[in-house]
Amino acid sequence: MDDILRVEDLHVEIKTHHGLVKAVRGVDFYLKKGETLAIVGESGCGKSISVKATMRLLPSNGRISGGSVKLEGRELTQLTEREMLKIRGSDIAMIFQDPMTSLNPTMTVGKQIVEMLKAHRKDMSKEQMKARALELIELVGISNPEMRYKQYPHELSGGMRQRIVIAIALACDPKVLIADEPTTALDVTIQAQILDLMKELQSKIDTSIIIITHNLGVVANIAQRVCVMYGGTVVETGSVEDIFYRPQHPYTKGLLAAVPKLHEKTDKLHTILGTPPDLMNPPKGCPFAARCAHTMKVCQEYRPVFTEFEAGHTSACWLHDARCQPEGENQ
Amino acid sequence: MNQEKNMDYQNIPRELFTKVQVDQGERERIGRPSLTAWQDGWIRLKQNKAAVVSLFVIIAIVALAILGPVFSPYNFAQTDYSATYQGPSLAHLFGTDMYGRDQFTRIWYGTRISLLIGFVAACLDLFVGVTYGAVSALLGGKVDAIMQRIIEILVGIPHLIIVILLMMVLPAGVGTIIVALAITGWVNMARLVRARILQLKNQEFVMAAEVLGTSQKNIILRHLIPNTVGIIVINAMFTIPSAIFTEAFLSFIGIGLSEPQASLGVLINNGYSVLQSYPYLLICPAIVIILIMVCFSILGDGLRDALDPRMSK
Amino acid sequence: MNDKNVLVSVQHLKKYFPVGKKQTLKAVDDVTFDIYKGETLGLVGESGCGKSTLGRTVIQLYKPTDGKVIFDGKEVVGKQSAAEHKEFTRRVQMVFQDPYASLNQRMKVMDIVAEGIDNHGLAKDRKEREEMVIRLLETVGLQREHANRFPHEFSGGQRQRVGIARALAVNPDFIIADEPISALDVSIQAQVINLFQDLQKERGLTYLFIAHDLSMIKHISDRVGVMYLGSMVELTTSDEIFEHPLHPYTQAMFSAIPLADPKLETSRKRIMLHGSIPSPVNLGPGCRFAGRCPYATDRCRQESPAFQEVAPGHFVACHEVQK
Repeated sequence: MDDILRVEDLHVEIKTHHGLVKAVRGVDFYLKKGETLAIVGESGCGKSISVKATMRLLPSNGRISGGSVKLEGRELTQLTEREMLKIRGSDIAMIFQDPMTSLNPTMTVGKQIVEMLKAHRKDMSKEQMKARALELIELVGISNPEMRYKQYPHELSGGMRQRIVIAIALACDPKVLIADEPTTALDVTIQAQILDLMKELQSKIDTSIIIITHNLGVVANIAQRVCVMYGGTVVETGSVEDIFYRPQHPYTKGLLAAVPKLHEKTDKLHTILGTPPDLMNPPKGCPFAARCAHTMKVCQEYRPVFTEFEAGHTSACWLHDARCQPEGENQ
Repeated sequence: MNQEKNMDYQNIPRELFTKVQVDQGERERIGRPSLTAWQDGWIRLKQNKAAVVSLFVIIAIVALAILGPVFSPYNFAQTDYSATYQGPSLAHLFGTDMYGRDQFTRIWYGTRISLLIGFVAACLDLFVGVTYGAVSALLGGKVDAIMQRIIEILVGIPHLIIVILLMMVLPAGVGTIIVALAITGWVNMARLVRARILQLKNQEFVMAAEVLGTSQKNIILRHLIPNTVGIIVINAMFTIPSAIFTEAFLSFIGIGLSEPQASLGVLINNGYSVLQSYPYLLICPAIVIILIMVCFSILGDGLRDALDPRMSK
Repeated sequence: MNDKNVLVSVQHLKKYFPVGKKQTLKAVDDVTFDIYKGETLGLVGESGCGKSTLGRTVIQLYKPTDGKVIFDGKEVVGKQSAAEHKEFTRRVQMVFQDPYASLNQRMKVMDIVAEGIDNHGLAKDRKEREEMVIRLLETVGLQREHANRFPHEFSGGQRQRVGIARALAVNPDFIIADEPISALDVSIQAQVINLFQDLQKERGLTYLFIAHDLSMIKHISDRVGVMYLGSMVELTTSDEIFEHPLHPYTQAMFSAIPLADPKLETSRKRIMLHGSIPSPVNLGPGCRFAGRCPYATDRCRQESPAFQEVAPGHFVACHEVQK
């Protein structure tokens, strides 16, 4: 079994006072052992909600309304909260966007790492835990671990805090590390440091990583496979090369063209017109139909099915259908 | 089932695979109905069942307080020594007290006084507290510093001491209780309003107004005040029950209103002395005051959830 | 830029904020540059480098500690009469970063956009005011129906366009855009950037464009200024700065941008900076970048470098480059 995590036909609904938001509408993805999968998409496309659902960390007004999440073949959606607690942190760990709010400001960083160990590694003695915490601080590239161990989060810089967050996440050698926009709150020079660190750690300790981001540069830097989401669905999946050099879905193409290239001169940026769909009343057909330049009648009526281009590269678009008129060649 | 779905897809007619023009307007359309911030708040409030029930209970109590004494055949101070200590009956719904006064009339009359005190306290909050807080925040600098020190001094003096001293100087009555509340009651509101305005002054929309050359007066009237109304309403909702409780407490320990005046505190005090033999004399006014306090608190909570802009997106 | 008419001239501008009793935060420290008519000057830097403070000081939201801002030949800081200030608020506008905080939630879009029109009496009557607002909304790609809605009903990109319409309402000459796209999604960023460019072409606007996204800055700007800890370290044309960055900080920052191209991204060399930006409170003498700079010498740590022209139109503040 190669897939460490497999999510199938996941549906998530969020209840708001205005009505029910169908935030995730049938999402499939899988994570192979030792790889980095990037999930990209705009805010509100359901990328963050999908992975939070896999960890069963949905807000209280959200619920998984269908589908399955399997961690090494074990179904997670049916587990009790108590069983889930054991899995979170030890099998799957998560890194959040803002390092300031994900650390407890009243506890030294060393103690926060030890807390994590206490929760999952009952076999370790106090001394072992401290030794392990120091080892972790060093592992994430912080010099002088003895001193840092005793410091509080506010005494550290933003980049350093994110390193500590990573150290906490890695404390129990998780099989899967989920990073939700881990560098968005950081400056470019610090972002480069953190991305390097994540790559280095992955080769050292062999975890599988899911990184959620909206920054295509970050994706190109760190990921081996990419999953593009739009309007609560996956529209295209493939290897980094597939997505960046052979994109098939009009949304992926549009997204890539909307980013200015540093080494090329572009007169005018390509834009995707309009705004993302309101998932309170999700469109009946393709979620991208309202903004696509090639919309057909079928797009407004039916959700497109996946077409496979090469092994592992699939795209959900009616333009790939054989019935599509030749005019569609200029897609 | 998946098989079935795929079959469906095979059957999609070829004609559907033709390009359609999506009109630009459709792309920018907003699907949700247009709502003002207040309408939006009302929708949220309506979904909070406890708050809605509380609202109705409060309306009912206010209506009874206004109409109860009017429609009752008795006067709140009218004694009838032939009918003392009567239990609840059709003639006297809540019974009578030791002077044969109709308890039903007295309770609603007392509620009226209690609500009046709560209402006056809320008004004080609105006028004194809001003005004080707003002036302090808007002028800033030294004026702000001095105004804040004054508030700290007022908060520092124990409330009860002020009230007891006042009672020695002034005659007991509604007026004195209102004066007692007036001295410190508005402090909380002033602090909240000041904090809110200071926060708003740094918001980008206020900066945008400054950049557009909007006058100071219009910034206050069009930007600062409308965005402060929410917390003012919420805080006023919490002021009412606390003022009612303060009055009841003062009357209960005997330094508030006194006979033949009736307030819920006075009635509870009277009922308490004969609790063993005539429990209904305590229970009825106690239930009313509990309902008032609980309902206002729940409604205030509900309003906070409904109007707090941090919750709305 | 064909005509080199200076529209805005910023000279030795300083903005200090007191921190506690004795310390000062030098958010902007001795910054000098010119903006020419019709150009876009991009301003980049990491968070806390003072780029937003600089923008806000130029537009007089903050009172500068020292230095001059000259707009269209007239000094603005502390030298304006009420009428002159009013004219300044008509000619200089700002677009803000946060599309949620920059619009008053309790006002309809109609009144938000019309605020400048009302302040400067640009419309004769209600009907003209309404027509002007609708024309502005259409300019930024929104519609007539949107005028009667409240800001919270719009998406981030739509709100940002309302903010742009509000700034355009007074028909300004110069717009300061303070990170107008950093809160938006990629596909929406491109919409807003194109809108800025179209408006510049149609109306001959001059921009001071503040951002931390280097690729967007390169795309939109004619010239780019790089800020680090309150001072400007490099300023030149946008092609020059990306092809031949001279200041070590500029070089490091450009090499750190992740590129949306996996092959390039994995193959290129990075200049890794160690450590993080020091606190701008109570800085010592010397170059501010000396602590992280791979080329720092003793001189850098003692004497702060002057901002000098090393090639035509290319300004740098670095001892090593100037040698």
